[in-house]
Amino acid sequence: MSQFYTAADNLALKPALALASFGCVILLLEFMLGRARAAAARQWILGLSLTGLAVTAWTLWEQQQALDGRRLTAFSGAISVDGFALFFNWIFLAASLVTILISYRYLEIEGEEQAEYYGLILLAQCGMYFLATGTDLITIFVGLELMSLSFYILVGFLRGERRSNEAALKYFLLGVFSSALMAYGFSLLFGVAGSTRLKDIATAIQSRDLHDPILLVGLAVTAVALLFKISAVPFHMWAPDAYEGAPTPVTAFLSVGSKAASFALLLRFFLEPLGALRDAWQPLLVAVAVLSMTAGNLAAITQTNLKRLIAYSSISHAGYILLGLVAGNETGLQGVAVYVLVYTFTNLGALLVVAALRSKVTGRGIEEDLNDISGLAQRNPTYAALMVVFLLSLAGLPPTAGFLGKYYIFLSLIQTGHTVLAVVATLYVAVALYYYFGIVKMMYMGQAAERASLISSSVGMRVALGITAAATVVIGLYPEPFLRFAEISLLR
Amino acid sequence: MTQHLLSIVLFLPLVGLIPLLLIPSDQKRTLKLCANGVMLAGFLLSLPLALQFDADAAGYQFTENAAWIPSIGASFNIGIDGISLLLVMLTTLIGFLATLASWSAVEDRLKEYYALFLILQAGMLGVFVSLDLFLFYVFWEVVLIPMYFIIGIWGGQRRLYAAIKFFIYTLAGSVLMLLGILTLYFQHAKEYNVYTFDLARLLNTHMAMGTEQFVFWTLFLGFAIKVPMFPFHTWLPDAHVEAPTAGSVVLASVMLKMGAYGFVRFSLPLAPHVSSEPWVVATIAALSIIAILYGALVCLMQKDWKRLVAYSSVSHMGFVTLGIFALNYNGIAGGVIQSINHGISTGMLFLIVGVVYERRHSREISAYGGLAHVMPNFAVVFAIAMWSSAGLPLLNGFIGEFTILAGAFAVSKLWAVLASLGVILAAAYLLWLYQRTMLGEVTHEINRKLRDLNAREWAIFLPLIAWAIWIGVYPKPHFDVLEKPVQAIVERVAGGAR
Repeated sequence: MSQFYTAADNLALKPALALASFGCVILLLEFMLGRARAAAARQWILGLSLTGLAVTAWTLWEQQQALDGRRLTAFSGAISVDGFALFFNWIFLAASLVTILISYRYLEIEGEEQAEYYGLILLAQCGMYFLATGTDLITIFVGLELMSLSFYILVGFLRGERRSNEAALKYFLLGVFSSALMAYGFSLLFGVAGSTRLKDIATAIQSRDLHDPILLVGLAVTAVALLFKISAVPFHMWAPDAYEGAPTPVTAFLSVGSKAASFALLLRFFLEPLGALRDAWQPLLVAVAVLSMTAGNLAAITQTNLKRLIAYSSISHAGYILLGLVAGNETGLQGVAVYVLVYTFTNLGALLVVAALRSKVTGRGIEEDLNDISGLAQRNPTYAALMVVFLLSLAGLPPTAGFLGKYYIFLSLIQTGHTVLAVVATLYVAVALYYYFGIVKMMYMGQAAERASLISSSVGMRVALGITAAATVVIGLYPEPFLRFAEISLLR
Repeated sequence: MTQHLLSIVLFLPLVGLIPLLLIPSDQKRTLKLCANGVMLAGFLLSLPLALQFDADAAGYQFTENAAWIPSIGASFNIGIDGISLLLVMLTTLIGFLATLASWSAVEDRLKEYYALFLILQAGMLGVFVSLDLFLFYVFWEVVLIPMYFIIGIWGGQRRLYAAIKFFIYTLAGSVLMLLGILTLYFQHAKEYNVYTFDLARLLNTHMAMGTEQFVFWTLFLGFAIKVPMFPFHTWLPDAHVEAPTAGSVVLASVMLKMGAYGFVRFSLPLAPHVSSEPWVVATIAALSIIAILYGALVCLMQKDWKRLVAYSSVSHMGFVTLGIFALNYNGIAGGVIQSINHGISTGMLFLIVGVVYERRHSREISAYGGLAHVMPNFAVVFAIAMWSSAGLPLLNGFIGEFTILAGAFAVSKLWAVLASLGVILAAAYLLWLYQRTMLGEVTHEINRKLRDLNAREWAIFLPLIAWAIWIGVYPKPHFDVLEKPVQAIVERVAGGAR
């Protein structure tokens, strides 16, 4: 290979190439085949997207083998693949897989079986790949836009439904605004360093006066944009609307995939180039984390829509994850990784059950209202029992996976002497339990709703449910291998 | 077999879950037989623990240790000493009897009901046998979940409110307890550079006074809410009253003991300096005495039979915490014995309410009167339970309260005097309850048709009565197994006192 495209470049780019090529082919399929034939071939399209994920998995595995704990830098420092990036990429892969598995039946019920849907999911994942691996402002920005643009379309995918359109528009407007902010922040950082490489920016920051206004403005603007992407308070306003209006599988993908990718970026950003400015951003993050936990948890209590409730709860989860970064020690960072991992499976699982509420019989009558889940334990005990497991895990109770995430966060706060923060964070567990168990109350102690929604269960749903439930229980009971994995990922 | 006896006892309920879940939901009889069979087997398997237990050996017995999460230093480390032995026996016995008491009381959603009881049983046993704080915490939390469902699904009128109140209240306490555990864990790692949750190793941790205060008070909140101590008791009347009979029995007899056990096993040995600070002891003793007197006075006011029994728990558990924080041998041993006693006698009192409730569907004291004429056998059982609870000599309650008062007296005469007022009040509210419900003429015609105890109900009460008399007449074997561990705790706390 030439010096412009080395073997390392090739290895680093492989997963993205796989995702992008499969994504584009699927995107174009419907255009080439025509609507009618594409609809007839929809099972093949599903198969093709799953194949795309399999190829991606294989390339990631290849990277994992080749790296063996080392860091691979490609494209003269624009991309670097390390344990950290791989860890997040496995999470993205799991999120896409589960999303695709639950989407098939959901789209069938909604009557929106376009092939683009799957293409956009793969493209969004491709964007996430660059968010986790990018070490250059331009690469990061392109990755971010690729992911966001795919999501804008996916959120509004139910064209016939007002909620979905409204959500997409809201998400788009605020998302574009935050992207603009990020571009502005990046330009200031570029101005400071004279380079778009994160490494150079880090060196430039270290050699400058830390009270330099340009630097601080650049930091603040970039931070706001990043916080917007993880839907932390006070930049969270888009999340409840987008989550509620989006097709439920997209809500699931948005709430875990996009969030995990944004956290990967946030971590890389705050630790590498902005690491030297720690004193400046730490109080800011403390405030944002506490506000997120407070506003997220308190607002969730009053919600009657399941997806909105989960949206607010995910805002509070962002607060918890930020606390790991506030602590900033090894435990805290490991906590962020573990938390993101368990949150991914758990939230996917919970939203999967919500997605399954919508069935062929009831069609669009279901609006994911709390009442729709009423009496689920009698109608469908397996789904109800697994929902309890997911909710316990979201609340952070042992022996589910969610406890492990909280465990690391609390421990890191204690280690770094943030006792008051730790007390606040633990007490919010009890608050969160109140609204999570509001759902459990409906499922187990509520009367079956008159318009009894039958769970729509397909093979894909059941496989996805199996994956998420198994992960939630196994990580909870025997976390050792997963903790090792998270630990290794962070050794850089 | 023998070297894994303890984990067999611990996991048997969970293993029993598998056949239970495979039985179709409409085969009610088979479900009941299966659940009762598993619980009975659990009790029978726990008997060898008591028989093979060596009271003269120091340290833990039936220990098992296996790696679990080495990267954070948590292991599956279990074992029992005399204190845990008594509580494990209480748990297996009460667990079985509570299940048996549900035979005709619960008829809907049986599969879920018994499955939850089996999970609950494993959780409670786990709390009493864990020697690793991480493992302990996991079991501690596991207990909450099934109890929430038991209260919320099969409970009385205000069950939803009671269930979530119980859950939130106790969870708030236990997450704070987690912070205490993590602080201790971190302090140990700072001192020895080893991250471990092993109780035996954590006992070697030296902490600055401020840190030890934090550890002590966070643990205290977790345990005090569970006991419950005044003023953290407000979840108890709701939960106990609304829970179905078997739920109330398990709550009162076993779950409250988790708090007392936590004080003895963790608070005192892990934070000996703070536990022996005069103002800490005085505060906790004052709270205990308030609980004893306040609980008893509230009992005198109750119109609801079950609520009366619930508040009597607040009063009786006040004795337990008072004994434990007397910090001498009599106090702590008495506290543990009284925990068992309370399990036996309050368990019986809740079962008694259950017997009449199942027949009449009313808990109002005024709905009954003169039942002794209609249900003579029941009247005898109730009388024994009442005397046992009131602390009449030759029954278990007397031994426990006497030992605690002896322990308290050694520390402060005032404590002993105030606490003995509680004994008098207990006799008053219990006798008055008995008089109103059992003695005199039959007040309601409908009560004339009530049937007396049947064979199954006798089978539930007899083991408890036998144990009550055994402790009352010949408590020595119980004190024998307690001697070594309690002595060790007393010495440790005395060593910590300055």
